[in-house]
Amino acid sequence: MIEQVSSPRALSTSARGVGRKRSRMRSQRIAGWLCLTPFILLNVLVILGPSIATFYYSLTDWNGLGTATYIGLGNYRELMHDQNFRQALVHVAIWTGLFLTVPIAMGLLGAFLLSQITRFQLLFRLIYFIPYTIASAVNASIWKNIFDKNQGMFAQLGELGVPGFSNFAIFGSTDRALWGVAWVDNWHWWGFLVVIFLAAMRTIDAELYDAVKIDGGSRWREFRDVTLPGIRPTLVFVVLLTIIASLLVFDYVYIITQGGPAGATEMVGTLLYKRAFELFEAGYAAAMGVTMTIMSVIIMVLYRYMQRRGWDV
Amino acid sequence: MGDVSLSSSGRLKRRKRRSGGTGIYYVVLCLLAFISLAPLVVLGFNSLKTKAELGRNPLGIPLSPQFHNFREAWTRGDYATSIKNSTVISLSTAIGVCIIAGLAAYALSRLDVPGSSLFTGYLFVGITIPAQLYIIPLFALWVKLDLIDSRIGLIIIYWAIFSPFSTLLLRSFLLSLPREIEDASRVDGANEWQTLSRIVLPLALPGVLVVGLVAALMSWNEFFFAITFIQSEELKPVTISFLAFQGRYGRDWGLTSAAGIIVILPMLALFLSLQRRFIAGLTAGALKG
Repeated sequence: MIEQVSSPRALSTSARGVGRKRSRMRSQRIAGWLCLTPFILLNVLVILGPSIATFYYSLTDWNGLGTATYIGLGNYRELMHDQNFRQALVHVAIWTGLFLTVPIAMGLLGAFLLSQITRFQLLFRLIYFIPYTIASAVNASIWKNIFDKNQGMFAQLGELGVPGFSNFAIFGSTDRALWGVAWVDNWHWWGFLVVIFLAAMRTIDAELYDAVKIDGGSRWREFRDVTLPGIRPTLVFVVLLTIIASLLVFDYVYIITQGGPAGATEMVGTLLYKRAFELFEAGYAAAMGVTMTIMSVIIMVLYRYMQRRGWDV
Repeated sequence: MGDVSLSSSGRLKRRKRRSGGTGIYYVVLCLLAFISLAPLVVLGFNSLKTKAELGRNPLGIPLSPQFHNFREAWTRGDYATSIKNSTVISLSTAIGVCIIAGLAAYALSRLDVPGSSLFTGYLFVGITIPAQLYIIPLFALWVKLDLIDSRIGLIIIYWAIFSPFSTLLLRSFLLSLPREIEDASRVDGANEWQTLSRIVLPLALPGVLVVGLVAALMSWNEFFFAITFIQSEELKPVTISFLAFQGRYGRDWGLTSAAGIIVILPMLALFLSLQRRFIAGLTAGALKG
């Protein structure tokens, strides 16, 4: 590799000017492709190749290891009438709604308050960020204890005489499990948003705040009229990120409830996983993956379209 | 004149209100900090309690702290093995990602490669490809290549999935560095390899370090691929091993809490000691938006 790219040096002593420049460019090109080779090979092997293969397998009856039989759009037709899939989509919609509100509101609150103070700003930022860096398996285990029906937080409240909290199950309750799991995921996520929003808020021109202050505006008006418009590109990006991540949410649901109890927390991500790796319906699961990917592509195209239309996002 | 004095006294009043207001801010910020930290404190507390104390006092401060849970969790969960696995996986992932993404970012930011803007565009799209889209054929492929249930098989996957993001990060870092010194070295007759290793690499080291730290943290905590591709007990990384441990000893909070601390402590310590670099690296993708 070194020999190849060092050739222009030898050349340059004899031929100068244009020839030298051209060979320099060619050697750069070769070096460039050599530098990109490991990346491209790995990406094709692990991500791009299998992703494309999924589109093919979604048209087949396949157990994941044996030979795949082509069945056209059969999987997609089955998917349209699949009650479990439909229920999972409803859960994903609820999940997305929760994540578009709770963590974003908490992140905005934390970031705005931090942007208004000077002392301990970095310390608070660090504290909020810590849960994001902890392994999901451990986070889940902590909250399993805290939400435990017999000994957890609510059981303690019940013992103190707060009505309605004796035997108050979260992850074991079909009504509350989805909210409970979403809370754990939110708990590890919102601090990340604080850091992102705070960084975006720092780029806002301070004079804009002064203008509101001179008008005698309240902090709320500063937030509404200056901060929110000022961080709009970041906010829209976070909304996009939230939707795409919610479509195939997996980790916390799989770790805490595995989709239960009685399918109360079943997401498309967990359903797909079970179909592929527990029931060996890989072709059918592939169709689910393709469907969800198409949804996120539509959302991304919409985002690009809004950008093109001159929305400042 | 009357107007002026009025307005200045009004401003004075407002300033007073404002400085009084920040007290409330600290109260709310402390409340938010409590939400973040309390569960982790409970984890710490419970790791120090005996079974008997947990029965009486499941969430509060341990009254007679004991450390025996750690020793017991360490041997019963065989964390010597899983910590070793996770260390090997994290280190190899970090080093590999630095090399793979570093080379790619160098090509994209410094070398005149045709189609490099298209490539960068693919990177932006590529980081949003959901794992569920490719994991099923990838699993079949890994079975065929005999890479299932092996550390290197998992490491190769991590190299591939952490590289696009890392390449983008390093690319923008390299673009922010001045090019004059490199150009001078090229004019002096240094070849690309010499320019890369002697000039660019030392300058880019802070960026490479951030990428390495982030890759190490993400692979230490990674769950989805680890649980799918590793089955043998003796190859499991800490997160997967912890999940199995929790399934076995779930009722014994003291033991599982101690195990949880064993799992998170190495990375938590690393994160806290280099937090600025970590935070910058982990949020870089979203800030580019």
